[in-house]
Amino acid sequence: MTISSDPKQVKQICFDNINVPDMNKLAVAREHGAYAFLPTVLKEFDSAKIIDEVKTSGLRGRGGAGFPTGLKWSFVPRNTGKPTYLLCNADEGEPGTFKDRDIMRFDPHLLIEGMIMAGFALNVHDAYIYIRGEFLHEANVMNEAIAEAYAANLLGENILGSGYSMHLTVHRGAGAYICGEETALIESLEGKPGRPRFKPPFPAVEGFYGCPTVVNNVETLATVPAILEFGGQWHASIGVPNNTGCKIFSVSGHVNKPGNYEVPMGTSLKTLIEEYCGGLQHGTVPKVIIPGGSSTPWLTAEHYDTPLTYDALMKAGSFLGSGAIIVMDETADLVALTHRLAHFYAHESCGQCTPCREGTGWLERIMDRVEHGKGNAKDVAVLKDAATHMAGRTICALAEGAAAPVLSLLKFFPEDVKTRLAEKSS
Amino acid sequence: MSADAVRFSEERLAEIETLVKRYPGPQSALMPVLYMAQEDFGYLSMDTQKMIAGVLGLRLMQVREVVTFYTMFREQPCGTHLLEVCTNAGCMLNGAYELAEHMCKTLGIKMGETTPDGLFTIAEVECAGACGGAPVVQVNNIYHEKATPDSMDALITHVRAQAGGKA
Repeated sequence: MTISSDPKQVKQICFDNINVPDMNKLAVAREHGAYAFLPTVLKEFDSAKIIDEVKTSGLRGRGGAGFPTGLKWSFVPRNTGKPTYLLCNADEGEPGTFKDRDIMRFDPHLLIEGMIMAGFALNVHDAYIYIRGEFLHEANVMNEAIAEAYAANLLGENILGSGYSMHLTVHRGAGAYICGEETALIESLEGKPGRPRFKPPFPAVEGFYGCPTVVNNVETLATVPAILEFGGQWHASIGVPNNTGCKIFSVSGHVNKPGNYEVPMGTSLKTLIEEYCGGLQHGTVPKVIIPGGSSTPWLTAEHYDTPLTYDALMKAGSFLGSGAIIVMDETADLVALTHRLAHFYAHESCGQCTPCREGTGWLERIMDRVEHGKGNAKDVAVLKDAATHMAGRTICALAEGAAAPVLSLLKFFPEDVKTRLAEKSS
Repeated sequence: MSADAVRFSEERLAEIETLVKRYPGPQSALMPVLYMAQEDFGYLSMDTQKMIAGVLGLRLMQVREVVTFYTMFREQPCGTHLLEVCTNAGCMLNGAYELAEHMCKTLGIKMGETTPDGLFTIAEVECAGACGGAPVVQVNNIYHEKATPDSMDALITHVRAQAGGKA
């Protein structure tokens, strides 16, 4: 790899070669260090060493939950007599998130290499990339890269003469947000509707076709090659304790230069928006910042200096999530936006849990009324009641995500709602 | 069309046979096979769904459940150009609704409809995962980022001119 071995010098990991032209071609990727360290891993590392390095690195899942990756891998039982599967979650459906798309379309070999290393650690022989259906171009790029990797014996039987074999298949979803939830993803990959499963059993023990299964996000897997080459301690020295490494933030909304920016963990929200994203379209301080995708609670101007870490964002009352930062300046119509998100969650609820199926519908219908001047003062109380009673009463976290924008609107901007009710009904 | 009339080509059947082997069970091949059918036949008629159930050894109900759960599987034909406008948060904040309204006006149809010449279907979709390029319009699954009323008008004019040229 071409990243500095001095952690103090590291500004990005997954995006190190993101702007290299034709990086999706194997020859170009190799010129920039792809697969250079793989033979060493296959020859000199074993499962325990790889898992140890990943544990030491402090890497936490980049898909949204932030669960320690090494720990997740260590939960996989050995010698069960069943195969173990590795699934890459490339469903990337959380509104505001668009980072994994760039890894896949610009540097697909980084993901493939990470998957080979993870697969080797977990003794996986069949791995899958579950990619959202809309990403047809990205799926094609991945498939071309995989074909080149097979031809170079980086995938398939007896990889580079190591005795280790792994097959990799790209599987397209078909437009269901819920399939980003790992057990729904497994159901979908089994050819069924994506309805989340009750946990436990966790996928590590009983996942794809009832076998031990690890589901990791694209960015998580793409970080593994650097960790193994430079060591877990190297990665742990980047960022801040308990929030190590770099993170890609997808910034959208009212900023002048929206896009993906990878920065060391701990960089402040304000620095990211002002120095990387060219500041706000209007004004100097954001009205609302949704820090981790549409399902995470809102932050406001008072949180503008918050460091971007799992811990600091949680302390501020939200989550780092997938790193999808939606920024709104004073021109945003927050009632309309909340209605739009309520519509989204009602549309995407899989329907198996009543609090979610019914609750998301209630939130949508009431927000529709409020936005269009047909609401009344009681609606505020009903919204609060319904949203509060959805969370924690369902199989997965979709209901909680659906409640977050509504509760945030009522908490931070009750005046916006009141004004709307007064204005339109008069 | 009767169920017998909807058939995959021999090449497709061979492709499906290879595909099935990549998974622990044949049902996993259902979604990719539905995409193949949509590509070959334009949409998933009941006859097509019955045929697929037969090919993969599934019950029709198992196929129906999947077709109706996922938004990207279509049971009705649509225009040759499917225009999917994302109106979720990132796009909404950057003028997606105004764009969608403009496109409907240019096309002379309402959201969700198909033009009488069969060239265009316009639909509102959920987050396309490209918010950095908001607003986003997918045209037959090709992403058009930072779309504007002008760029979409140009695209529509271009498609119409090409179709007119052929007729």
